[in-house]
Amino acid sequence: MLALLTRAMALDGEFRIHDPSTLVRCDGRFYTYGTGGTCLVSEDGWTWGRGATPPRRGMAPDIIHVGDRYLMYVARNVGAQPRADINLVWTRSLDTNSPDGKWEEAGVVASSDGVEDCNAIDPGLMLDPTDGKLWMVYGSYFGFIRLLELDPKSGLRQDPNATPVNLAINCEAPILIQEGGWYYLLATHGSCCRGADSGYNLRMGRSRKVTGPYLDHEGVEMIRGGGKLFAGSRGRVIGPGHFGRIQLEDGVEKFSCHYEADLDRGGASVLDLRPLLWKDGWPVAGDNLQEGTYQIESVRTGTVLELAVEGTPVGGRRERRGGPGPGGPAGPGPGGGPPPGGGGGLFGGTGRSIPDQDVAQVSTNWPIGELPLRMATYLCQAQQKWSITAVTNAGGYLGSPYFKITVANTDRALAATAEGELIVVPAFTGAPEQLWRIDQLADGTWRLQPKSTPGHPQPFALSAVGASFATLSKFDAGSNKHHWILKAP
Amino acid sequence: MNIRCLKRALTSLLLAALPLAEPPAGAADGPGTWPTLQRPASAESAPDADGFIRRWLILEPLPAMGLTDGAVQSSVKKEHFPDPFTVLPKDGDKVTTAGAERTWHAVDTTQYNVNLFHFARSLGKPTSNVLFWGVTVVNCAEELKDVRLAIGSNAASVWWVNGSEVVGIYGDRQTVIDDGVSKRLTLKKGTNIVRCAVVNGGGATDFCARFLDASDQPLKGYSVRLSAGGN
Repeated sequence: MLALLTRAMALDGEFRIHDPSTLVRCDGRFYTYGTGGTCLVSEDGWTWGRGATPPRRGMAPDIIHVGDRYLMYVARNVGAQPRADINLVWTRSLDTNSPDGKWEEAGVVASSDGVEDCNAIDPGLMLDPTDGKLWMVYGSYFGFIRLLELDPKSGLRQDPNATPVNLAINCEAPILIQEGGWYYLLATHGSCCRGADSGYNLRMGRSRKVTGPYLDHEGVEMIRGGGKLFAGSRGRVIGPGHFGRIQLEDGVEKFSCHYEADLDRGGASVLDLRPLLWKDGWPVAGDNLQEGTYQIESVRTGTVLELAVEGTPVGGRRERRGGPGPGGPAGPGPGGGPPPGGGGGLFGGTGRSIPDQDVAQVSTNWPIGELPLRMATYLCQAQQKWSITAVTNAGGYLGSPYFKITVANTDRALAATAEGELIVVPAFTGAPEQLWRIDQLADGTWRLQPKSTPGHPQPFALSAVGASFATLSKFDAGSNKHHWILKAP
Repeated sequence: MNIRCLKRALTSLLLAALPLAEPPAGAADGPGTWPTLQRPASAESAPDADGFIRRWLILEPLPAMGLTDGAVQSSVKKEHFPDPFTVLPKDGDKVTTAGAERTWHAVDTTQYNVNLFHFARSLGKPTSNVLFWGVTVVNCAEELKDVRLAIGSNAASVWWVNGSEVVGIYGDRQTVIDDGVSKRLTLKKGTNIVRCAVVNGGGATDFCARFLDASDQPLKGYSVRLSAGGN
């Protein structure tokens, strides 16, 4: 699996925000809301812009789509902290130009009196996929993170007299997710709002019951301060917080968060969208693809994509016996091993370092024009190395821009055909069938999809239908045919 | 390198030095001793449970050298006998090529693959630096779209369906199920002719072939004959 130490690349457009809500979709657009009424909107999940501020501004809202309504829970201080309450507002459309785009006030859902062991801010919502129950967790450092059951129809408390359940301490911005028979409580530990000095980091525990107890990987209860690290500072971004899960389709998930400080943007607090992976029963923070040169290996077959040309061994062909090979004495030594004294022979090498293959040299024999694609055992040859490069001004998808995939150090580009097959065109033109969406899947491998396949309205994904042949077909998360490993060559 | 690999490398060295290896010592002299092949006992067969085509006409091996893309393409494009891409031979037909008469043999394999080493050895023919031609006839009750021919071979091979080249895999390789897979193609209602040319350098040699449906599952529901005019 590719190990990346830095963020692949920032989102495009305007994506400054603090305490972003979980992303929601409305009429094909993505929306997230932050502290102070910030709204970010995107058509594709890559390029973001400012949206309309909702009428109720507050702290760290969360929003969830239930039935035909969007329920937004927004906190406010009603005195000196920790005296606060969480209010529900709702709308049927997030598009303020829509006749359904009016926000309605529904009242207070939870509160803290300034004395009790809770600070009623930072709500996080979960609609339990197993039973349809709606839950809200909330809280921030002072005292407990608490759990309340809500009525999915009204969005208000299921039982106004019910006592909230204490789940965790020492954290804020909690949220629940459910997967594989487990409930996971993700929350933000550390300090916020100090720019590059913010210790924000995302931690988690899990429980078989929504009401807890939530234990981390070491068995420490979150209500006693436990928490397995999910994501921390790295590279050029400091202080990830306010997790939100985005389930796109089977096998493809993302999460949202903000960083307290993006060093490449003057230390601004910014949104990020990254793959959400699963390993050993725990969520794992994945990485958007970083530009680079890769071998593209099928999980199913172990073979790699290559331009279908006759390969040249790295270092040139060596004669096995006789012949003018560069390696000195030819043929194996006695017993088949290297000749006495070192170099030469079948196993003795050339006696000097063999450089990487120069594509400019070996490609002189490659036919001109469109060429087929195939798969083969990786032999470090030039036609097996691919440059994956972000394409500017071509849009993108959740968290990443579209990429072009070219034979390294050439302009020969991988493209989809109208027959739903693959070809390598002589030069990248920017056509949609040459733009690639590359998502990290839940198991850490990758899915490669052309932006579009001519004549095929449904999305297709790269598929290792044979050990030596790849095609395009409808993505099936359960089939290794559609899972690829991107390795640095 | 383990001993097996070393032996293979040294064997290849030895075989490469010979323009056409001699028949293996102790070879039998008739198809009656084919360990995994039988003469067809019926006019028609069907793909097996995994979709593999088990009935083929195989021509006794021709000399051929080289497993690279260019060498194999050169070998298979040479007209070894008249109309190699259109003729539909019968069991026992003979062609004269490379200075010798060679015979087509109808076989049913008892395995998923066709063991060409068994085939050649039992006939007292060479198994190294050789090219095997194979042909079979697939009869479909209806037109079948978006199917793929999926093959594996030891070593390189080139495949045609109804005269169009659809798969080529090259280099010294072992038979892997669904190694080479064609693009989507259409099988006509009635007779469809599948041809292959398998080129072997040295050692074991075999191939397997089946069709996959639009969902990449083994295609069944057609018959296999060794003559045209099924449906």
